[in-house]
Amino acid sequence: MVFIADPLTDDRQTLTMRDAWAAHLTDLVDADPRLAVVLADISSEMFAEAMKAHPDRVINVGIREQLLIGTAGGLALAGMRPVAHSYAPFLVERAFEQVKLDFEHQGTSGVLVSVGASYDWAEGSFTHFSPRDVALFDTLPGWRVFVPGHAAEVPPLLDRAVRADDSVYLRLSLRHNENPHAVPEDSLLVLREGARATVVVVGPLLDNVLEATADLDVTVAYTNTPRPLDTAGLRELAADTGDTIVMVEPYLEGTSAWLVAEAYEDRPHRLLSIGVGREELRRYGTAAEHERLHGLDAEGLRARVRRFLA
Amino acid sequence: MNDTIEQVRALAHRTVTDVRYPIVKTYTLDPIWVLYDRVLRIDPQRPDDPARDRFLLSKGHGPSAFYAVLAAKGFFPVEWLDHVAALESPLGSHPDATLVPGVEMSAGSLGHGLPLGVGTAHGLRATGFPDSRVFVLVGDAELDEGSNHEAIAYAGAAGLANLDVIVADNGSASHGWNGGIASRFEVNGWSAATVDASDHEALYRSFTTDHPDRPHVTVAVHRP
Repeated sequence: MVFIADPLTDDRQTLTMRDAWAAHLTDLVDADPRLAVVLADISSEMFAEAMKAHPDRVINVGIREQLLIGTAGGLALAGMRPVAHSYAPFLVERAFEQVKLDFEHQGTSGVLVSVGASYDWAEGSFTHFSPRDVALFDTLPGWRVFVPGHAAEVPPLLDRAVRADDSVYLRLSLRHNENPHAVPEDSLLVLREGARATVVVVGPLLDNVLEATADLDVTVAYTNTPRPLDTAGLRELAADTGDTIVMVEPYLEGTSAWLVAEAYEDRPHRLLSIGVGREELRRYGTAAEHERLHGLDAEGLRARVRRFLA
Repeated sequence: MNDTIEQVRALAHRTVTDVRYPIVKTYTLDPIWVLYDRVLRIDPQRPDDPARDRFLLSKGHGPSAFYAVLAAKGFFPVEWLDHVAALESPLGSHPDATLVPGVEMSAGSLGHGLPLGVGTAHGLRATGFPDSRVFVLVGDAELDEGSNHEAIAYAGAAGLANLDVIVADNGSASHGWNGGIASRFEVNGWSAATVDASDHEALYRSFTTDHPDRPHVTVAVHRP
């Protein structure tokens, strides 16, 4: 059997987001005695040396996701900053009650780092997809969500996540942009200015959006820290585009619509939400093919934005 | 000072003040009292001492006994017991760690305490307090939750010697535990003792059993 892409690596990248995360986290753990890492077998081989060096701070609990989150919560109760990690559906959805109760409800916080994203391991199919993860975090108070678009964006975001007082969800993906971008803290990075719409794009879909809108008269703003969403900055940008807004997100379509609506209680606006469809496709193939099926490739994005502006 | 179990039992019954809190369960009073009276190194004047032992009441239901012991030991005024479950009361039908001095975990949903205890045990070792101990009290029916079995298997394999579990066994698990509760732990490498929940000396002996290389469970059997 020949797999098109290994779920753990991606031969198109010399360094994946996961590689960048594991290398940087290993350095941070060496330097910061309050930092802990909890794993559930996934990626544990990347921390073999760290586990030997810090047996009570770099822990692999085996394939036990309830215990993964609970152990991270317990480390937080002992005054540590825990980073727990697994494939997105197992980390977020399988043990969601632990995510809900074992940090904020205990008066603590932690960092959760996922791989797999919405369709990274396409030939693994839906059991390994987690397009609904960010929407779930929106049901909890206070969680920050970081969605890097390139491996080089991961270390600074990890630094921020580890330093933060709040809980943070860091969503790593094999999908990525050609180049990294430095986003000013908690605001949007404006890459192009136009008059007809403000297009906000999150993480790895940036290149597709730039290609799709190359000859459209729109503002394009990028973020890799979608929670909290900079809605004040969005309003400022959209004021110059007739309060016409397009949100492009690499997870469930419409995830951020409620935040845009909340920001526009006092003013009419138009919003097009573009993201991963709700339906299960029951298809295999590659991540790029799934991106196309969800209309998130440049061609699909362009068609939907043009229709919206027509 | 309330320093006999009879006085503390009376305090527990003081919590019956409201229709929203009608049932006082005190079958956990004996093990919790023995812990706080004779075993745990916890100073009510310094409830945030990082070196303190930790008691996690995982089975958050029916916390009258727990509240009574905390009040008796001076973590909060005994008068709080007169208003349990009222809107402005910090004491509810399930304890909230952010509201009650001396409560180490917010409980109510079953099966969270043992995984939290595993993390806390690792955390105490990692932060330089390897002699600080973590006691987690679960119910025999609470053991139905699979999260406990994830923790039991892992803690045994990891040899978490600063972790102790107390199973308050009042025979309430719907399908029982064929072969005995202690065996579920022992097969995973724990040391175990099964004692009468009203026998304070037996509880004390089990809570202070030396187990330098593995976690320990006390099954405290209560049959009314």
